[in-house]
Amino acid sequence: MILSWLANPERFSKVFAPVRPWVAGLAAVLFVWGLYLSFASPEDYQQGDTVRIMYIHVPAAWMALFTYLVMGVASFFGLIFRHSLADAAAKAAAPIGAVFTALALVTGSLWGKPMWGTWWEWDGRMTSVLVLFLFYIGYIALHASIEDEQRAAKSTAILALIGLVNLPIIKFSVDWWNTLHQGASVFRADGPTVAPAMLWPLLIMALAYKALFVWLWLLRIDAEILGRKYNGLRARLSFREGGA
Amino acid sequence: MTLLSTSLALLRRDLSLSLARGGGPVLAAGFYLTLMAMVPLSLGPESQTLSKIAPGLTWLCLALASLLSLERLFERDYEDGVFDLLRTGPLALEWVAFLKCLAQWLGTGLILSLMTPVVMIVLGAPADVAGLALIAALIGSFSFALIGGVGASLTLGSRKGGVLIALLVLPFYVPPVIFGAGLMQAFVTGAPVVQALSLLSAYGLFALALGPIAMGAALRSALN
Repeated sequence: MILSWLANPERFSKVFAPVRPWVAGLAAVLFVWGLYLSFASPEDYQQGDTVRIMYIHVPAAWMALFTYLVMGVASFFGLIFRHSLADAAAKAAAPIGAVFTALALVTGSLWGKPMWGTWWEWDGRMTSVLVLFLFYIGYIALHASIEDEQRAAKSTAILALIGLVNLPIIKFSVDWWNTLHQGASVFRADGPTVAPAMLWPLLIMALAYKALFVWLWLLRIDAEILGRKYNGLRARLSFREGGA
Repeated sequence: MTLLSTSLALLRRDLSLSLARGGGPVLAAGFYLTLMAMVPLSLGPESQTLSKIAPGLTWLCLALASLLSLERLFERDYEDGVFDLLRTGPLALEWVAFLKCLAQWLGTGLILSLMTPVVMIVLGAPADVAGLALIAALIGSFSFALIGGVGASLTLGSRKGGVLIALLVLPFYVPPVIFGAGLMQAFVTGAPVVQALSLLSAYGLFALALGPIAMGAALRSALN
């Protein structure tokens, strides 16, 4: 099993350290390509240039959900199989997800003003994404408030699993509460309703975000592993000094 | 002792504690009424505005008042070692946690629910909303109690207690508030109420099914 082989933190660091720069490079290339396509793509017949916010906003919103899903899955593995690496992976994902969610909210607001004439509207989609943001904050705060690392990991994992119920609510909020936010237009049973000239830059940008996430995530997991090693060494050192 | 009589004994103990403890229900009811009294004072007493927002506001105040004694829900028994005893007893921790939430709900949530239709009507909602408002408030406050219990068990032993519980729990209170207020809105405007009522009930069942499991896991990790 490749997964259990990689579950050793030491091995994980060793395997992924050389991979990280490549992921970072891939993210950079995809961002340059995606942004170029975003600016080269045609204007929207209704929205004009403003439509380009979409290429920043929509992938950020996807990533807000995706990161949460990653956190939930990692929490599940941490809780059931008690892998400390899975705990580290869940913890490492939380701040990244919070930033993606904040980005989605801010760009959505910037997009909403010229399009809908309002910075904010309390419709189902926006409210549920705001709740998702609060949820990330709560997760981070809970982790920070419990000193014992293992207990913190366990408590936050339970919270993350319970919070998974939010995901379908956000996903279907545009269908359940038919208000200002537009309905689903890319992931639909009958295929996307976005024109190909706009769909392509959107998908490239989505891949760029995903690569960025993977890079940041690997980096943060590694930092987490190193931090634990440091704490362990320090504890041993102070123990030895105290004992001498 | 059978499991049933043990459960009943625990429930009775927790209920009498929550009733005795500096007047838990009186405190919650007082807080609830104070919040409601501040509404006309802060928004102005025009009856037209008030009757329009009364159902939603009542739900908001119900959610806030349900937060009140969560911090002490498990903490006292955790501190003086009662949980270690309970753990060795015949009842599963999940069941113990559920009974404690039930006692908490009987002590405060039930009373707040009974007050809800009254407060709603005082603020200007039509009188025939009372029955539905009571049912919805009962379901809602019950889910608030269970989800609140999850928050309380997760923060057990961390030193930031109260505010942290509110931060963790309030996002989970949002769906019942939306469904509950939406239900009242639908009733007032004459729209069908089935959808909102079934969503509210589904959320209550979700809390009932997952809440005790999560609380059991969190308590176990806190006790180790």
